[in-house]
Amino acid sequence: MKICKGRWALRRPLLGVGAATAVFLAATVVGAGSAGASTTGVTKHQITIGATVPLTGPAAPGYSEIAPAMDAVFKWINGHGGVYGRKIKYIYLDDKYNPKTTATLTRKLVLTDHIFADVGSLGTPTDLAIQKYLHSEKVPHLFIESGCNCWSTSKYPDETGWEPPYTVTGKILGYYIKKHFKGKKIGELYQDTEFGQDVMKGINMEVPASDVVGKQTYDVTTLAGAMTSQMSALKAAGAQVVVLATIPAATALAMLPAAAIGFTPQYVIDNVGADPPTVGPLLSSFTTAATHTKTAAAAATGLMNGVITNLYQPPESTASNAWVKVEKKILQKYTHTLWVKHGLDGNTEYGVALAYTFVQALHAAGKNLTRTSLMKAIDTKAKSFKTPGLVPLKYAKTVHYGYEGDEIVQFTSSAGTYTTPSGTWPGTKVLSPVYTSTVGNGPVKAYHGKEPSVPKALRKTA
Amino acid sequence: MTGASPRPGADTPTTGAVRRARLRSLPSTIRLPRQPLVRHLILFVLGAGFFYLVTVNVSAYNDYQIGEIAVYAVVLGGLSLLTGHNGQFSLGHGAFMIIGAYTLALLQLHAHVGLVGELVLASLIAALAGIVVGVPAARLNAPYLAGVTLMLALGLPQLSAKYGSVFGGEQGLTTTPPIAPGSVSSEEWLAWIEILCALVVIVLLANLVRSRFGRAFRAVRDDEVAAAISGIHVARTKVLAFAVSAGCAGLGGALLVLSTGVVNVGEFPLSLSIALLAAMVLGGASSLVGIWWGAIALVYMPTWSTSLSQHLSLGTSAAAYLSDTFFGAILIIAMLVAPTGIQGGLRWIGRQSWRALAGSVPRPATAGPSLAPSSGERDGAHENATDTTSQDLPNLGDRERRQR
Repeated sequence: MKICKGRWALRRPLLGVGAATAVFLAATVVGAGSAGASTTGVTKHQITIGATVPLTGPAAPGYSEIAPAMDAVFKWINGHGGVYGRKIKYIYLDDKYNPKTTATLTRKLVLTDHIFADVGSLGTPTDLAIQKYLHSEKVPHLFIESGCNCWSTSKYPDETGWEPPYTVTGKILGYYIKKHFKGKKIGELYQDTEFGQDVMKGINMEVPASDVVGKQTYDVTTLAGAMTSQMSALKAAGAQVVVLATIPAATALAMLPAAAIGFTPQYVIDNVGADPPTVGPLLSSFTTAATHTKTAAAAATGLMNGVITNLYQPPESTASNAWVKVEKKILQKYTHTLWVKHGLDGNTEYGVALAYTFVQALHAAGKNLTRTSLMKAIDTKAKSFKTPGLVPLKYAKTVHYGYEGDEIVQFTSSAGTYTTPSGTWPGTKVLSPVYTSTVGNGPVKAYHGKEPSVPKALRKTA
Repeated sequence: MTGASPRPGADTPTTGAVRRARLRSLPSTIRLPRQPLVRHLILFVLGAGFFYLVTVNVSAYNDYQIGEIAVYAVVLGGLSLLTGHNGQFSLGHGAFMIIGAYTLALLQLHAHVGLVGELVLASLIAALAGIVVGVPAARLNAPYLAGVTLMLALGLPQLSAKYGSVFGGEQGLTTTPPIAPGSVSSEEWLAWIEILCALVVIVLLANLVRSRFGRAFRAVRDDEVAAAISGIHVARTKVLAFAVSAGCAGLGGALLVLSTGVVNVGEFPLSLSIALLAAMVLGGASSLVGIWWGAIALVYMPTWSTSLSQHLSLGTSAAAYLSDTFFGAILIIAMLVAPTGIQGGLRWIGRQSWRALAGSVPRPATAGPSLAPSSGERDGAHENATDTTSQDLPNLGDRERRQR
């Protein structure tokens, strides 16, 4: 597999470093990181960054695509002279979504690989396990792949989230439901962890409590079978709109038994578990496993038709979008194996956009790159970064969330179809303007600014 | 071969027996006093010196990994006592690690008892939980006990989600690692604390298994009825073994989250409990030296298997299971080649090479029943008993005797 070889090749030179050098470097790395003649992980020709992501294990499906997609962007940058002449070396290690492993591997990245920054590590419990350590080693902990409401804190000024916080997403979904499904009976099904709870917190800040007829949960650690009892309960309560805050597998395990009992509500699904190329194959494989018929499997993927969700990046199905065009080109050229297997789906798009955010931050930090100059660039110049997000990045001295804006869309075959290596999916119809909000009690507001355009350099070279 | 016999008269029963006893004990007890306490303290000092030299000479990341090895040695030591010496199986030692881990985190948040106090209390509370589980478990036979502990490992993590306000839910609680003094790096300092704990625990366990309690543990393991007739309170002995073992797991869990900086249930998946059991058997179920091999395997196996899967260019779905498969395969090979684990295998190799070097060791051709290998082992070396292969899993019986 090309990706694996690439990773190995990256790590090879490190093995070549003699043990004595390693000891010496390890001794000097402690306390390093302050601005000075040399910044850890930065040389005249190279910037070394790292991350821990699930490449194997239960969290890997979908999420394992993100880091290789990021690496494609860095390869593209490196192929065009790097950033101020420095090439980006990205070391991503497999933590299997186990926080203990995350902690160990992050020490490897910091102590042995001498990374400049931790960029794009995935998961709430996993990243919480390393935030204190990275802070104590003065290693920036950037663009964490989690929507936890916990990444913007004065305690860790060198830590930033990237995607919209779950509560902001919840509020925007709730605002749309309140506006467009007035008086309808709302049922809720959510994962009983911070993710599901925080999304529902946002939804329930907007939707009148009297409209909510049922609240169901599932336990992600024992997620195995169809959620027949939960969906039956929502059906019995007469829910007309069912809101899901679920991971992709749970989305499938909720929709399938509902269809089997003839329950066809309007689904409103949080972005985390709504990407058709990710959920669709799960719907069909679960159906195949249960019924062993291909027609039933094909029908099951049709359940995605009509689903309403939120997006903070341009829909990957909109082929005419300038960002989508560039993203496809980069993936196709710089990580061909990934492209052949997944194409542009929610995960690879996420990876490209996140990596490009980091590239923008490097440019903004200037020629004299230090950890301080990078954080300063993010805190003061992020609003002018050109990224695929529908709203500009929100970063400021006291705000370390990336995007705080979503638009509401519906997957519907009336908007055409789009095809990825995993199948053909309903197109995307935009239902609302882009809304923004904040984690706290702030209102949901329509955003009237323009979507950031694709920088000329990117359009030309990708 | 007999011609190589160095002294005349070596064939007389007395001298032969003495020589055999010396031969047996040579690989591990060469020129060490036979008093268990003195011997263990000497080994403690030697071990501490060895680890000190290693930790100051390797990189900070290697220090961190050595610390992890020490942590697993603590847990495996307890498990070895439970399974190797007392014949009880636990599939849920991860649960006791969770108890120790959360105890430490809660103490750091709400009480200020100092690091030693936190570690001791974490260990004690886990031991208490061990008693609670152990009392009903004392009535159960091995497979049922394994079932009970399995349920514990599955069920306990749910509590952290259920009582999120106390245990911090999925995110868990943060812990504060000890501050390293002076110029010592934090990894080195942490590794020293973990190594010290491991050595203390292992000396205590080594003394315990050579005391009358240890003999009671083994008597119960070998034959409960016989043990009861000999005046041993079977249930009490089993509960004691369970409590000590759980206490070790609790201490291990506390040390683990001390180095991670955060405690949440994601760190203790069910697979950890299973891996612990496998590592314990791999090292040598009843050997307190062998557990270090198991601990090394636990720390390095994932790294090795990742490198292997990259070399073989395996897809991610195959790579996901490679670590477990690798572990399982090594376990099977180890059990075929050395049924008493790595340590037992090494001892066997040591004895064979010693034999080859020192010339022939006449098997007790004229020996009566009392000199048969197994009974000879038990009669000949009381305090050395746990070091010998006869102490291993009972069902390894014949095969293992032939090995000797």
